[in-house]
Parts: sequence; structure tokens; C-alpha cells
Amino acid sequence: MKRSILLATAARYLMPLMLIFSVFLLLRGHNEIGGGFVGGLVAASALMLYGIAISPAALRTLLPVEPRLLVGLGLLAALTSGLLPVLTGRPFLTGLWLKTPLPVIGKVGTPLLFDTGVYFVVVGVVMWILLSLAEEEAK
Amino acid sequence: MLTSQLTWLVLTLAGGVLFAAFAPLLRRRAERLAAPLLALLPLAVFVQLLAALPAVQMGETAQARFDWVPALGLSLTFTLDGLGLAMGLLIAGIGALVILYGGAYLHGHPSLGRFYAVVLLFMTAMLGIALSGNALLLFVFWELTSITSFLLIGFEHERPGARAAAWQALLVTGGGGLALMAGFALLAVITGSFEMNVWAARAAEIAVHPLAPAAFLLILGGAATKSAQFPFHFWLPNAMEAPTPVSAYLHSATMVKAGVFLLARLFPVLGGLPLWTPALTTLGLLTLVGASLLALAQTDLKRLLAYTTVSALGMLVFLLGLGTPLALKTAALFLVTHALYKGALFLSAGSVDHGTGTRDIARLGGIGRAMPFTAAAAGLAALSMAGLPPLLGFIAKELVYETTLEAAAPLLLTGLTLVANAATVVVAVWVGWRPFWGRPGDDHLHPHEGTPGLWGPPLLLALLGLALGLFPALTGDGLIAPMTAAIVGQSVKVKLALWHGLTPMLGLSALTLLLGVGLAALRRVVQPRIAAFWRALAPLGPANLYHRFVHGLLSLASWQTAVLQNGYLRVYALVIVLTTAALAGLTIVLKDVTLTLSPWQPPRFYDFILVGVILTAAFLVTRSRSRVATIALLGSIGFSIAVIFLLYSAPDLAMVQFAIETLTVILFVLVLYKLPKFSRLSSTPTRIADVFFALTGGLLMTLIMLLVSRHASDASAAAYYAANSLSQANGRNIVNVILVDFRGLDTLGEITVLAIAAIGVFSLIRLGGKPGRKQRAVPKGGRTK
Amino acid sequence: MTWLLAIAAGVLFAAGIYMILRRSLVKILVGLALLSYAVNLLLFNSAPLIPARPPLIPLGSSAPPEVYADPVPQALILTAIVISFGVTAFAVVLMRQVYGTLGTDDLNEMRCTDIPCKEVEIASEEEQMEEPL
Repeated sequence: MKRSILLATAARYLMPLMLIFSVFLLLRGHNEIGGGFVGGLVAASALMLYGIAISPAALRTLLPVEPRLLVGLGLLAALTSGLLPVLTGRPFLTGLWLKTPLPVIGKVGTPLLFDTGVYFVVVGVVMWILLSLAEEEAK
Repeated sequence: MLTSQLTWLVLTLAGGVLFAAFAPLLRRRAERLAAPLLALLPLAVFVQLLAALPAVQMGETAQARFDWVPALGLSLTFTLDGLGLAMGLLIAGIGALVILYGGAYLHGHPSLGRFYAVVLLFMTAMLGIALSGNALLLFVFWELTSITSFLLIGFEHERPGARAAAWQALLVTGGGGLALMAGFALLAVITGSFEMNVWAARAAEIAVHPLAPAAFLLILGGAATKSAQFPFHFWLPNAMEAPTPVSAYLHSATMVKAGVFLLARLFPVLGGLPLWTPALTTLGLLTLVGASLLALAQTDLKRLLAYTTVSALGMLVFLLGLGTPLALKTAALFLVTHALYKGALFLSAGSVDHGTGTRDIARLGGIGRAMPFTAAAAGLAALSMAGLPPLLGFIAKELVYETTLEAAAPLLLTGLTLVANAATVVVAVWVGWRPFWGRPGDDHLHPHEGTPGLWGPPLLLALLGLALGLFPALTGDGLIAPMTAAIVGQSVKVKLALWHGLTPMLGLSALTLLLGVGLAALRRVVQPRIAAFWRALAPLGPANLYHRFVHGLLSLASWQTAVLQNGYLRVYALVIVLTTAALAGLTIVLKDVTLTLSPWQPPRFYDFILVGVILTAAFLVTRSRSRVATIALLGSIGFSIAVIFLLYSAPDLAMVQFAIETLTVILFVLVLYKLPKFSRLSSTPTRIADVFFALTGGLLMTLIMLLVSRHASDASAAAYYAANSLSQANGRNIVNVILVDFRGLDTLGEITVLAIAAIGVFSLIRLGGKPGRKQRAVPKGGRTK
Repeated sequence: MTWLLAIAAGVLFAAGIYMILRRSLVKILVGLALLSYAVNLLLFNSAPLIPARPPLIPLGSSAPPEVYADPVPQALILTAIVISFGVTAFAVVLMRQVYGTLGTDDLNEMRCTDIPCKEVEIASEEEQMEEPL
């Protein structure tokens, strides 16, 4: 695949911005437009933009962990958020909230952990699928 | 007192199941000790039952009840009465002997552990039948015996014959089990309970209910298949594929008695039906006489015994059908007698097979000197079978003649019984005398006596038949009276004796013996003729009908699979689309004749633009021949939908749709050149027909949407979420709150599905080998058809 | 707009059904994509369409304003969109692999991958049993 210098340069700067935006979407998703699904998709798009503009291999070196690890972590986070209330004797997946809101993030509770899990699963799944295909293509 | 004994018994049984699970392990660890150790379980049950006998003789019964699924009327009700106790003694006693015998008979067999486990499981299930007080519980145990029987007939599953016989037995008894269940359900409909004592208490009500005959016939179907009554008898001789200890235990002494036991158990419930006597006596007599004559055609020891087992079962059903106190008493005695002598004879036959390598009576002869203990066991049991004093069989046969002589049509019934009994005597001679003391047939047999495990159990059973016969009064009062009392439902006196004086019964007994021994001596003349007669009749027999039925069923199955599962995806899709269209369309027409659609509101101008884009793209996409154009068209549909989401208050959806469209385009770009080009494969008529089907489906969906949105005013779910979103879930974005909190479990499921899809994609890429390597699906030239 | 969307979804259904009835692999893929669009529109159209009133609770109040769009179909569609991506990806890769392995994109030539094309002998064991009466 021929690379466009313009796209590659843009991707270098766009990618971090989009990632930050995706985290922003995730955190405010409970009160405003956004959420784990959208955040995860935006993050995945950002990473794939980088992967296509520069190269899948470059994206792979950039990623600190394997995408499938993200999937596992995400599922684990979602499951943990469901099991935490069970430990306190409430039904599975009951929302538990800290009394005092944290700075920047706002109110923190198990639904946020759940949403983070969704975020990671979505990023992981999309990256896993597309990166595997891109690497297959690059062979 | 008795109740606590029953509870302990049930606990022992529950332990038995666990015990069974460890049998293979035990066998691997301690080959020699396994059989005696495992026999302790049936022995424990046997002792417990014996301990309960005095109380039961006094007329006590016990019930222990544990609720299981009260909503379904299913409770674990166990009852202990004379009938269940006597059955239990047979099951546990013979069970212990069979475990010991099996250890010797299958010594060194690689699957001996499996044999122990399944036999113990069977024993537990069979005791469950004997002790169940709840019909559903009984049914569960009933089916469990069918399954263990299947496993044991197919014990040597390497042989096709064993597999086929196991399958046949399972189909016949399993089919009967279904009928039985239906019959139980009908009785529950009538009485509102599955408890059998409730049924008995309301027998008068059941007898006049219009559903009662159907319930009775269904239950009779279940009992007749299990107890191998005509025309379902053919599975039992085939079940002789099982190892001999199994044949002795399941297919003569206990399991096949389950049907008879059930009829006896339900005699207080259904015995009053006008259908009872004609149905059971006809069925019983047909089986009795038919099977006796079939037995004469056999040359294999086990098959000889199998057919006489069928005839004995016919006798039991016949006696139960007569239903007089005398007949019921006779049935009770005959059940015990038959279990003892037939068990002993089967085990001896196994020993003969083990010691000589054959079961063919034409080849066997004069082996008694080499196998004295087996010969003694078989001889003693055969004497009981033939009905000679002072064995139990003699008393039973006298009682049978007494019953038939007192019955409604004494001449006919006595005559038929005489024929069957004479045939039984013939088989007794062929099985118990001829192989041991008859003219030597084959010089190459080298008979030798096996280990005590091989001759001890049959000898014990045969001696028991002698002992019970020597003390008839004790047998009558101690065992048969409580049994009969449980069947009749009130206490009865049973006086048994060896000598009644010179009665007609004694004369008939003598005649039976004379006929039997005479015929037995003429084996070479008699047997081939009878065999030829049955062979000529075979095409009309139920076994042949069964084969045709099964074959037809399988052909039908493969035919309809070939039609439905024809391998054309488009046919499957078409069936789904048309079925949906037909069902949904029919419902709309039937339920909603007025067809009030949602009101027309003038759309805004950009609505026209967006929908216009979607319609154009959808049309063009069906005509497109270019892959790139198709992706672009799909993308334009997706983006238009995203804008619609945005305009109509779904910003979250719009963002997700935009992101997904982007990623989908990336996905397609990545695989585009690995996908085939668009090719036009269907003919024009097909395409025109498909356009028609597609438009039908689309029109229906439009119609449904217009009908649905008319009812959309019901938004109670939305109102609930809106009211509780902030107060309960601390969130202002209601959509997101639904996703991560209210319906969090659904979302958890969905992200799991996503993860699975990713795993699927990854494995496909990994497992796919080298993509692009061409390999034709069908050889060249196979393309046309 | 309800009418227009119903017609649009109906046309998408029709186009999707038409495409999955084709014999060519890629067209079935397109059909699946069209059907998932159609289903999303169907869900979206099952609640009243209300412009510019997203189901959000404004700051300082504890409930959404009087008129707001139904959040339930939105939640359903949101996950459906994401899942359909997973399904599409799986289908695309599956078809790529099928095409690579079998070398054909004609579904009619793939029949024998789904059903046994040779006649299978049934009930051969039945005959091996002794024939009793």
C-alpha cells in the first residue's frame, strides 16, 4: 500500500488527540453524550488511522499490550464491577457509588468500571480484528 | 419404626449411586476384592429389607416423603409394603449374587469396572421402582432401568449385534416409557396428584372417568413393552447379547418384572376397570402360549431361557388379569419362584458357556461329570421350573392349575396353560438335564468347572428354591401373604402346602410332566419342525414389522433431511422469508382487519434528501458490479442513517454509527482484494422471482413498522428509566445508564459476544492456512449437477 | 417521517433479502449489511420520532423535560450497531477464507460442504441381528 506523507503526518498528531477525546467521551458518558461504546470506537478509529497511515507494524510497536489482552481485561473489569456488589451482599451488577466525587472524573462507581470494561473490550475487539487483517495483508 | 428403616434404606440407595461411581476405580486398584466389596451394598440393602420384614408381615406399611419439585407434583415419596419388600429382596439378593458371579464370569475383562458400575446403578434404579410411592418418581427410575439395560446389552459394544440389540431394546422400552408417562399424566389429570396412594384411595372415581380407559391402555403399553408382552416380546431374546450375569439379573429376574410389578402396584387403582380382565388375560395368554412354542424352536441355552422368560411374564400378566384373590396370590408366588429358578438357570448357562465355550444344546451333552456343581444348580433349578415336588415350582404350578380351574372358562384356560407348562417342562429338560447327563454331542468341548464364583451363586439360588418349597407354610405366611395383601389392598391368608391330596391339580401336574418329558426326548424330531414352522411365519411376525417400521422411519428421516437440508443457502433463506411473511401477514389480516396505520405527518425537506439517498443507494447496490462502488454505496446508507439518528434525538447512536461506518470501510478495504469479484450467477427468471420475494418481504416490514409505531404511545419503560436514571443510577445520559446499569447484564452479554466474534475472526485467519491457494470444491465437470 | 423511514427500511429489507438470495458470496455479505441497517431503522422507528430532544437529564433537574426521545430503542440499537460490526467482520473473514480454500464464490458449488453428497447407508446394523419372532 502506498503511503501518503500528508496522511502520515496528520495521523501522528491526530491519534493522541483522538485518544484523549475517546477517554473524555468515556468519562462523561454517564451524564452527557458518550460512553464506553463510542469512546472505544473512537479510540479504535484513532489507532487504525495511525496503523493505515504509517504501517500496521508501527502500530504494533506503539501498542503497549496485545489487543486480545485488552479484550480480556475489559471483560474482567466488567465482571468485577458486577461481582463487587455481590461481595457486599447485593445482587449481581448493582451500582455502588463512592460518596464523594473525585476531581476531574466526577462521581465514581461500579458502572464507571463497567463502562471502562466496555471501552476496553470494544478497543480490543476492533484492534484485534483489524490489526490481524492488516498484518495478514502486509505479508 | 418402619418409617425410619425406610429412610435408612433410601439413604443407603443414595449412597449406592456414589458407590457405583467408584466401582471402576476400585476394580483397577483391587481386582480380587472388588466383587466382594461391591456386593456389600446389595447385601446391606438385603439385610435392611429382611429386618423390615416382620413389621410388614404384621400388616404395616411405611412412607417417607421428601419434596423435590412440589410445583410439578413431584416429591420423592417412598413406600414400603409387602409387594415392594418382596421385589426389593429379590433385587438386592440376586444383585449381590450377580456382582459376585460377574466378577468371576468377566474376570480379566477390560471393562469389568464399567460392568460393576452400571449393574449397581441399575440395582439402585430397580429398587427405586420397587419403593416408589410417587408415579413421576417411579417413571424416572423406570427410564433409568431402560438406560442401564441399554448400556448392559451393548456392554460388548465392539460387536454390531450387541449394538443393534441394545438399540432395539432401548427403542421398544423407551417408546413404552413414553406411553407410560402419558398414562400417568392422564391419571394425574383425573385425580390431581401423582401420589399412587391417592390414586388407590380414589379408585372408584377413576373407574367411572371417561379418560380412565385411555390411561389404562397407555400404562399397559408401558408395562407390556418392559415385560416383553406380545407383540413387543422380540427385544428380550435379542437382549441375550448381554453378558450372561446381566441376562440373569435384568432380563429374567428383575427388570422385565417391572411391568408386571407396575400392573400389580396399580391393581388397586385400575383393577376395577371393565377393560382390565379382558385386556390382560388376552395379552398374557397370547404371550404365554406363543413364547412357550417359540422356545421349543431354540437351540441356544440363553435363547431357550429367554423365550421361557417371556412365557413366564405372560403367565404373570394373565394371572394379574384374572384378578381373583387366588389368581393374585398365585401371581405373587410365581413371580418369586420364577426369579429364583430362572436366575439360577441363567447363571448355570453362563457357567456352561464359560466351561465349554458353547451354549448350543445340540453340541452339549454329558458334561455333568466335569461340572458337578453347575450340574447340581441347573438340575435343581430345572426341577423347580418343571414343577416337581418338593420345590417351590411345584407349589406354584399347582396353584396355577387351581386358578385356571376356578376361572370363568376353565376348559380353555386350563388347556392353554397345560400346553405352555408342558413346553416349559421340555425346556427345563433341555437346559437342566440334557447338557449335563444327555448323550455327549461334541468331543472337543473339554468342559471344566469354574471358580466358586461361577457355581456358588446359581447353586445358592437353586437351593433357596428348594428351601422355600420345603417350608411352604413359612413361605406363604412370611412372604406371599404380605405381597398379596399389598396387591389386593387388604390382608389375606395364604396357606401353601406341598400335599393337597389327590386333586385334579395333581393330575394335571402329572400330565404336564409326562407330556413335557416325552416331547423333550424327541428333540431331534420336534425341534426342526417347530423351527421350520416359525421360520415360515417370520415375515408376518412383529419383529419383522418392527424392522420395517424402523427402516421406514430412517428412510423418511433421511428423505426429509435431504429435502430441507439441501445445501442451497438461498432455499433456506427463502423458506425463512416466506414463512415469516406468511405467518406475520396472516396475523395482520386476522387480528387487525382495520389496518389503521400511523398518521401521516408532512416530512421536512432534509428527510426527503436523506431517505432519497438511502433509497437510491439501496437500489444501486443491488445492481452494482464493482466492489469499490458497493462499499461506497453501503457507506452512504450508513452515514445517512447516522444523520437521521442525529436529527431525531439520538446523538449517541449517530456517533457510534459514524465510527462504525469508518471502521467498516477500513475492514472492507483490508480484505477487498482477497474477495472474489461480483459475478452474475443466477438466471434472469430466478432474479425476477427473487425480486418478487424480496419486495413481498420489504412491503411486509414496512407495514409492520407502520402498525407498530401506531402503538408506540406505550412508553412505560422509557418513563421508568427517565424517572430513576438520576436518583438511582447517578446518570443523566439515560441511554448510557440503561446500557451500563439498568440492563448491565445484557451489555455484559453483548461485549462477550463481541469478544467471541473477535476470537472467531482471529482463529479463522490463523487456521485458514494459506489464503489464495486455489482448490476446487468439486471436480471439474461436476458443476452442472 | 415515520412513513418515510418505514418505506426506507422496507426498501432496505427488500434489497437485503434480494442480496442474500444470490449465489455469489460477496453479494450475501452485502445483503447482511443491508439487513442490519434495515433492522436498526425498524427499531428506531418503533418509538415516536422527536427532533432535537435527546434523552438527557439537564443539569439542575432530576428528570428529563416533558418531551424527550425514547431511550429504550436507542440503547438497543447502540449495541446492535457494534455487534453488527463484529458479525460483519466475522462474515467477511469467513468468506475470504472460504473463497481462498475452495476457489469458488458460487454457493451452489459449496453444497457438499454442508451436506453429505454421497448416499449414506442407513441401518446396516439392523440386518446383523438374529431374526426372532
